[in-house]
Amino acid sequence: MATAWTVRAISRATLPVLLGLTLVEVGSGLVLGRFEAQLLRYPALLTLVPVTIGTAGNLGSILAARLSTAFHLGTLSFDPGDEALAGNAVATVALSVTLFPVVGIGAWALTGLAGGVRLSAGTVVTVAVASGVGLALLAVVVTVTVTYVAYRLELDPDDVVIPVVTNVCDVLGVVVLFAAVQVVV
Amino acid sequence: MTVRDAAWSAYREALPALVASLVGGLLAGLVLGGMRAELREFPGLLVLVPALLATRGNVYGSLGARISTALHQGLVEPRVSAGDERLRAAVAAALANGLLASSFAAVATFGVLRVLGGPVAPLPVLVAIAVLSGLLSGATLAAVVVTAVFAGYRRGRDPDTLVGPLVTTTGDVFGMLFLLVAARAVLAATGVV
Repeated sequence: MATAWTVRAISRATLPVLLGLTLVEVGSGLVLGRFEAQLLRYPALLTLVPVTIGTAGNLGSILAARLSTAFHLGTLSFDPGDEALAGNAVATVALSVTLFPVVGIGAWALTGLAGGVRLSAGTVVTVAVASGVGLALLAVVVTVTVTYVAYRLELDPDDVVIPVVTNVCDVLGVVVLFAAVQVVV
Repeated sequence: MTVRDAAWSAYREALPALVASLVGGLLAGLVLGGMRAELREFPGLLVLVPALLATRGNVYGSLGARISTALHQGLVEPRVSAGDERLRAAVAAALANGLLASSFAAVATFGVLRVLGGPVAPLPVLVAIAVLSGLLSGATLAAVVVTAVFAGYRRGRDPDTLVGPLVTTTGDVFGMLFLLVAARAVLAATGVV
């Protein structure tokens, strides 16, 4: 049944999930806090934070939406050889390979314009691409797993998968960025 | 359909929305890079950033999806001036839930950092920043989402495909911008006291 259009009914339907997701995001904030000193020292890395988190969540949610639709249409099977599954996974990685070099150059150039750049363009692009590709691989694994679990538990993938995947990918975005910064910078 | 075809069609369909949100994310990053002074002044503020940005996306994305569905079902007229009761309730619920989640994030951040023993700004300061930025960005985002969904619907676009990229892009930019405004306002207020 559809939710009634009152403040109380809408809140009752959305608030529990919203607060749960908020706690997950505080977890990703704590990871950010672990390398706050580095981020404050190198503003180009700080500039990377929202775009990495956002793109991670988007890659995951787009993949989740496509898998959910394919699943509803009955054109998806959870088999590594499945064309829709493999094709969408390949596209997610290809998108990250295309976009994250742009993210790195953009973050470096914008920080330069604001007058605070301390890292070379190469370093910033390397951090961006390393986190982007790592993230795409993780996004595929998380999305396929969550979609599969929703399917086994007979939950509607549209209701469950997209919010969970988006927020889990947000957290992974920060974790992967942290790892890339430790290795590269 | 081969894997190659499936991959190419998925790639083509996703690229425009991702590029839009990428531009928004970079602008938000520019604002975040410019608020280092505030981040140093209020320990714990950086920890709050992902939760606050995600709250904008979660709350106003769901508002947009709700209005799109209602338009499809003919429950809501695509006119703001009508002062529709359902529309008002949906916007009020989004604002209230957004503020509640933002305050909750501030309290959780303060609590966890306290337990871990890290430096953290006083609880009222973090809550004030979260609530003020939630109010300002919430009002702006509600207006943007409602206007854009109605305008898109009247021009014959499917509002469902508009909402996602629109909310992620404007949510990041306005979320970050008003977080800076709120942090500066609270900084000015605490400086005076």
